[in-house]
Amino acid sequence: MTDVLDPPLVVDQPHEPDGHGNGHGGGHEAHGPTGILKWLTSTDHKVIGMSYMITSLVMFYLAGIMALFIRLQLTSPHSTLLSFNQYNELFTMHGSLMLYLFAGPFAFGGLANYIVPLQIGAPDMAFPRLNALSYWLYLTGSITMLLGFFVAGGAASFGWVAYAPLSSATSSPGIGGDVWIMALALTGFSAIFTGVNLVATTFYLRAPGMTMFRMPIFTWNMLVTGILILIAFPVLTSALIMLFCDRHFGTHIYTVTGCHLVNGAVTHTCGSPLLWQNLFWFFGHPEVYILALPFFGIVTEVLPVFSRKPVFGYKGMVFATMAIAALSTGVWAHHMFTTGAVLLPFFSFLSLLIAVPTGIKFFNWIGTMWHGQLQFTTAMLFSIGFLFAFLMGGVTGIMLASPPIDFATHDTYFVVAHFHQVLFGTAVFAGFSGLYYWYPKMYGRMLNEKLGKWHFWLMFIGFWVTFMPQYVVGLLGMPRRVASYPSNLGWQSYNIVSTVGAFIIALSFLMLLINFVVSWRNPVPAGNNPWDGHTLEWFTTSPPPHHNYTHLPPIRSERPTWDYNHPDNLTVHHGPAKSPPKEKVPVA
Amino acid sequence: MKIESVFLLFLGVFFGLVGTVYWFWSYEDGGTMMLAGTAALGFLPGLYYFFWHKRFHGKKFFFWGTAHGAGDRPSDSDDATIAEGAGVIDSFPNSSIWPFVMGMGAFFTVLGLVFGMWLAFLGVPLIITALTGVTAESRRGGHV
Repeated sequence: MTDVLDPPLVVDQPHEPDGHGNGHGGGHEAHGPTGILKWLTSTDHKVIGMSYMITSLVMFYLAGIMALFIRLQLTSPHSTLLSFNQYNELFTMHGSLMLYLFAGPFAFGGLANYIVPLQIGAPDMAFPRLNALSYWLYLTGSITMLLGFFVAGGAASFGWVAYAPLSSATSSPGIGGDVWIMALALTGFSAIFTGVNLVATTFYLRAPGMTMFRMPIFTWNMLVTGILILIAFPVLTSALIMLFCDRHFGTHIYTVTGCHLVNGAVTHTCGSPLLWQNLFWFFGHPEVYILALPFFGIVTEVLPVFSRKPVFGYKGMVFATMAIAALSTGVWAHHMFTTGAVLLPFFSFLSLLIAVPTGIKFFNWIGTMWHGQLQFTTAMLFSIGFLFAFLMGGVTGIMLASPPIDFATHDTYFVVAHFHQVLFGTAVFAGFSGLYYWYPKMYGRMLNEKLGKWHFWLMFIGFWVTFMPQYVVGLLGMPRRVASYPSNLGWQSYNIVSTVGAFIIALSFLMLLINFVVSWRNPVPAGNNPWDGHTLEWFTTSPPPHHNYTHLPPIRSERPTWDYNHPDNLTVHHGPAKSPPKEKVPVA
Repeated sequence: MKIESVFLLFLGVFFGLVGTVYWFWSYEDGGTMMLAGTAALGFLPGLYYFFWHKRFHGKKFFFWGTAHGAGDRPSDSDDATIAEGAGVIDSFPNSSIWPFVMGMGAFFTVLGLVFGMWLAFLGVPLIITALTGVTAESRRGGHV
């Protein structure tokens, strides 16, 4: 299918040394500087996207190693493997690396950067230099975070949520906490810039015919994620600056220290530790969906392709994404039920309401596979694994949205199991589904399917073995964030099983490393469209040329590549009949 | 532009309603302010896009603006051909060193807040140099 369909896009490039407006299949290596200078100066969304993915995967592996140490410590009630302070540092940095430096940046920095412009037929992101700056802020933020291990007093040890007053200079002296704050400030600005870029790109750089309701669901989800980033991250960044002021400049925004009592009452100038929780969770709960929505988008791309069907309920998916995003911004205080200072019915009701659009998504995912010609590739297996994992995390989330259950299980391992099932289910199962799915497009070579399936099954088994015992031990009363526990409460056996599961997961990720090496040393060419994909990115070469496209097919549905490759099986339009298309879809 | 504006205005209306309910139920000022800010985040760009949607269709935005009537953008039209998008899309930089320089400047500056202000003396000039460089580069063509 190499017919010239329409006049090519013309891209004006004032800085292009050879003056060619479009690439011609030479990959993104062919333009501009080469080597390390290329990496330092590139504004190409594909190079930046891959840089994001590689950096975030390094963070993922580092955080995973920390998790193994945490699990080893808990196999014995009074283990001396780690000191209490080292344990506190490790769970703080594990959470911080996984949430701030892996899950989000892998999705909205890596996959979205690479895939969104391709899916809408754009030559690049709307603000390429800002995009490059986002990456450099993210990389330097990551380095700053890791620097914490090398400073006097060690890394931050107040948990990834940094609750006041534990994060104050009095309770957490030392510069580890300051380094942590500055790392998040850098990555916070990075995320905000990426959010701006994602929204501007989808609003302004869509190809002709790529209307909003023809955008692939992944792009829709990234647009909504971009808006959520713009809602949430400025709040975090400003809250962090205020925390830094509390620690160093004598302000009392989150502390009651230094407040004056007037006739026995605290004056209005007094700070409040609860303000930190309010600000943090106004960021933190949308952040959960900033981490989840991109991965929902990945699954919604993978399931139709390997079911050989269009996505079931396209518009339902879009509206469900919007509803989830909107509701998620109004439920921040459900993390604060036990403070006794929040409006329980309001936050409980909105939290429970999120189950409705999420249920619609599940219904549509099942509907997409229903009566499809399922192909159980590695990417498909990871997506199906996501459905099971996220369902379990979601059901326990509904339980925790109910204040009576939350009061009983708050700060126990039940909550740890719940959010690991949600976030591991999305960021890891769905994230690696996306990696296996789009890797051929990015590198022009396949990953080994056999090794991929070993990766999946080991991870799937390890996942359940790790986290199911944590629900039980949480219900038995084991609190989170403890380095030792009484030996007479029957918690040890559950912890041992959980640790075994964690090592099975670690083994699965060795498989991924081996797979990368095999793919690198014995490349199997992927071709342009190895999965018979539906969306526009599968129309261009693998890897795509500089500025992505020399030619585009007519865009008449959300599956333009499928329509072009299968003119006898065109995608049915949504909604009422439109005027007939001006172009005839050519037959190859 | 219509769907973009409706999408953002929906956010504004939703958070306006939620914020109103929240205020009259809880009288809690912090959360209400954040919800009001979020509503504004929907309304401000939403109204801007609605303004442009009106202009594209030859209508005034309330009493403001000159009617143009250029019609939908090709990317908003169900029937647009790829040929309708031919021509200059925009100018895109091929490479630029300034984002890296600015990133390093920000890195040294924030480290200066932790380890000593001497690092900021390294970082701030890098930021200023990068801002100058990227501005000059953008003026020659291309987005930021």
